[in-house]
Amino acid sequence: MSQISRRGLLKSGVAAGVLAATGLPVQAQAKRGGTLRVGLQGANTSDTWDGRTHSDIFMIAAAHGTVFDCLTEVAADGSLKGELAESWEASADAKTWTFNLRQGVTFHNGKAFGADDVIASLEMHTAEGAKSAAKPIVSAISEMKKMNDHQVQFTLESGNADFPFLMSDYHILMFPAGQIEEAIEKGIGTGLYKVENFDPGVRLVVSRVDSHYKDGTAGWFDSIEFIAINDNGARMNALMTGQVDVVNRVDFKIETLMKANPSIAIQEVTGNQHYTFPMLTGTDPFTDMNVRKALKHAIDRQEMVDKILQGHGQVGNDHPIGPANQYFHADLEQNDYDLDKAKFYMKEAGMDSINIALSASDAAFTGAVDAAQLYQSSAKGAGINIEVVQEPADGYWSNVWLKKPWCACYWSGRATEDWMFATAYESGVPWNDTGWENARFQELLLTGRAELDSGKRKDIYHEMQAIMSAEGGTVVPMYANYVQALNTKIATPDAIGNLWQMDNARMAERWWFA
Amino acid sequence: MAGILKIVAQRLALGLITLFVVSIIIFVAVNLLPGDFAEAILGQGATPESVAAIREELGLDRPPVVRYLEWLGNAVRGDLGTPMSQALFSAYSGSNAGSGIGTVMEQIAPRFRNTVYLAGLSAAIAVPISITLGILTALYRNSAFDRAMNIFTLSSISSPEFFLAYILILFLAVLNPILPSLSNVNAEMSFWSSERFVKTLLPALTLTLVVTAHMMRMTRAAIINLLASPYIEMARLKGMSPMRVIVKHALPNALAPIINVVALNLAYLITGVVVVEVVFVYPGIGQLFVDSVKIRDIPVVQACCLIFAAAYILLNLTADIMSIISNPRLRHPK
Repeated sequence: MSQISRRGLLKSGVAAGVLAATGLPVQAQAKRGGTLRVGLQGANTSDTWDGRTHSDIFMIAAAHGTVFDCLTEVAADGSLKGELAESWEASADAKTWTFNLRQGVTFHNGKAFGADDVIASLEMHTAEGAKSAAKPIVSAISEMKKMNDHQVQFTLESGNADFPFLMSDYHILMFPAGQIEEAIEKGIGTGLYKVENFDPGVRLVVSRVDSHYKDGTAGWFDSIEFIAINDNGARMNALMTGQVDVVNRVDFKIETLMKANPSIAIQEVTGNQHYTFPMLTGTDPFTDMNVRKALKHAIDRQEMVDKILQGHGQVGNDHPIGPANQYFHADLEQNDYDLDKAKFYMKEAGMDSINIALSASDAAFTGAVDAAQLYQSSAKGAGINIEVVQEPADGYWSNVWLKKPWCACYWSGRATEDWMFATAYESGVPWNDTGWENARFQELLLTGRAELDSGKRKDIYHEMQAIMSAEGGTVVPMYANYVQALNTKIATPDAIGNLWQMDNARMAERWWFA
Repeated sequence: MAGILKIVAQRLALGLITLFVVSIIIFVAVNLLPGDFAEAILGQGATPESVAAIREELGLDRPPVVRYLEWLGNAVRGDLGTPMSQALFSAYSGSNAGSGIGTVMEQIAPRFRNTVYLAGLSAAIAVPISITLGILTALYRNSAFDRAMNIFTLSSISSPEFFLAYILILFLAVLNPILPSLSNVNAEMSFWSSERFVKTLLPALTLTLVVTAHMMRMTRAAIINLLASPYIEMARLKGMSPMRVIVKHALPNALAPIINVVALNLAYLITGVVVVEVVFVYPGIGQLFVDSVKIRDIPVVQACCLIFAAAYILLNLTADIMSIISNPRLRHPK
C-alpha cells in the first residue's frame, strides 16, 4: 500500500486540493453496500459507551468513529473539518470561540441535536468526581453560552488557537442532553451507525442509519461487525481465512507471509506515535546540556528502526512532533549517529567517559529493553557506558517513569503541537518527564497557543522543535508506524489518516467494498 | 440405596470444605499478582495520588482478611460481586448510572453457557471415539493399528494446545477452507443452530485431540488388565469371540477406572479451555478469565477460579460416585 503523508499530499496534491476545495468527493467511485467485519485488538470486558473512559482502539473506533460524533473531525490529510459543528470563528485573541452547529441532526433515538447537547456533553468531563482524560481541555473553558439552538459560544481562560482541533478529541463525544445515562448504557449517538448488539470485550454490531448528514461523503457499509480479537495469531488467521475483512496491529513477524497472500493488502502510515528515552534534566549528569547532546549523537536511530520496529517506522529527531502534526518540521537538521560529535560534547562537558543507568521495560514499548541494549553498544565508542537496568513491567509507570533519571517511554502523540507540548514539556506540568524548563521554549509555547496566524504559528512551532531537538532532555529514536491489513475487496480513499491507527479510527465511515 | 446417599452426602460435604480451602488459595494467589487494578488501568497515568484514589474507591486499601471475609459472605449468598470495571466506571463518571457492564454473575453466565457448550460438544466427540478406540486397541493390542493409534494420540496429547489448534487451523481452515478459524459465536445463535455447531467445531476438535489419548489408553489398559483374569479365560475357552469377550465380560468390570478418567477429562474440558478459547476467539469463560487477569479485575478472576474449582470438585465427586455404583464391592462394603 503506498503511504501518503499529509505533507506529501500537500506537495504533490495541489490538484487534489483543488478537487477538495470545489467540493467534489475525492472518492467518487465509493459505493454503498455490504457488511464490513473488522477484527480489532484492544477490546476489554470493561468497555462502555462512556467516552471519558476510552483509551484503546476498539472503543475509539466504535464510538468516535462509528456510533458517535464529535464537534470537529480531523480529515485523513490532517486538516480539520466540521462534524457536528458546521463552522466556527474566534475572537482576535483566540479566547472566544463561536461554533455554529449543524441543523436537522437527530440522535438514534429521534431526539434533535442542538446547543444544549453540546454543553451537557462537555460538562460530563468536568462533573464532580469524573475522571476524564479530556478534563484539562474542558476545564480550560470558563464559560459556555447557548446563543441559540444551533450556536454555542465558548470563552476560554486563555487564548487557544487549537481549540477547534481539541474538540475532535475522541473522548469528547456528543451525547443527548438529559438522556446521557441512557445513551451511555445503550450507545445512542448521532453517528452514521446505530448499535444493534454490543457485548463488551467480544463484539459490536451496528447498522447504517437511513439518512445522515454525511450521506454521499461517508458511511458506505450497510452494517458493520466489530470482533474483538486480542490474540495476534488469531487475528491474522481470521483475515487470512477471510472471516474478517480488516485487522489492526499487524504482527510484524508474519507480515511477509501476509504480503505473499494476493487477497491481502498491508496498509502502513507513519503518525505521531513515538518512543522516547527521557532524562530528568534536573538530575546529574543530565543537567549538563553537553551530556544530553553527546547522548543524542551516540544513538544509532536507523539501526533501532530496522531491528526494533523491523523497518516499520521512521527515525525521530528528539522532539515529540510527528508527521501527522500540522507544523511538523521536516527540514530540521537530523541528530545523527556520530561518535566524533558525541566525543566532542563529552569533552565539552569535561569528561572522558561516563557511566549512566538506563531503566527499561517492555511496558514502555515492545522491544524497549532490546532498544536500550542497542543504545548501550552504539554509545560505547564515545566513552558513554550505559548500564541497562531491566525494570519489572508492573508498576513501571508509577515506579520508574518520572522517577528514575533516565528511562524508556512512549507517546502516542497528539493532534496538535500545543497539546503535545502542554502534556509533557510545558513548565511544571505533571507529565513533564524530562523536568524540562526553558524560558524561550515556554515563551514560544504561550505565544503560539494564542496565535491565530498560521504562518506565525509555523515559525513558532518550528523553533520549538529546533530547541527541543538541540537542547531538550529527551532522546526520540523513532516513530512507530501504524500497520494494518485489509482484504483487497475493501477499497479506501487515497489518503489514509495517520493520527490514529485504522484511518484515524474511522475505517467504518471512510472505507467501502470495491 | 441409603448407603449411597450417605456416601454422596459425605462427599458433598468434603467437596464444600475443599471449595472453601480453594477459595482461600485463590484469594491469596490473586492478591499476590504483581501490580493491581489501579495501576493496570491507569497505565502511564498511574501517579501515586491517582492510584491511591482508585484503590480507596474500590476498597483495595483495606486489609486482605476483611476483603476476603466480605467476599466469602457475599459468595455464599450467590452474589459474586461487581466487576471492578463497573466500580471504576462509576468512579470515572461520578455517578452510578448504567454502564451496561452488569454484575460478575451477569458477565459470567453467558460465557459459562458457551464454555459448557464447547465442553459438551468436545465430550460428545471425544468420549465415544476414545472408548471405541480403547476397546479396539485392546482387542488388536500390539498390532500395527494399536501402535499407530498410540503414537497418534500420545503425540497429540504431548503437543501444546495452541500448537494443535494452529495445525488444525492450517489444515482445516487455511489449506482446505472447510471450517472457520474464528469461533465467534454469539447470543443470537440458538443453542442447537448449525451455525453455532460449525463455529465451535474446530476448538472442539482441538480439545478432542488433547483429551483422547488419556481416555483411550486408560480404557485399553483397564481392559488388558482384566484379560489375564481366570473368568476371561473361561469365557474364551467357551469359544466366545474376542470382541464379545471384551464388550460383554471385560468392559463392565473395567468401567470404574474408565468412568474416573472420563470425568477427570470432562473437568479438564471446562477448566483447561483457556488457551483454546483465546486462540479461536471463542467467547467462553476462559477468554473472560484471560481478559480479566489482564486488567486485574479481581472479582471476575476470583469468580472464574471458583467456578473452575467447583467444576473440578463436582466432576471428581461424580467420578467417585459412579465408580462406587458400578462396583458392587464398593456398593456393599463389609
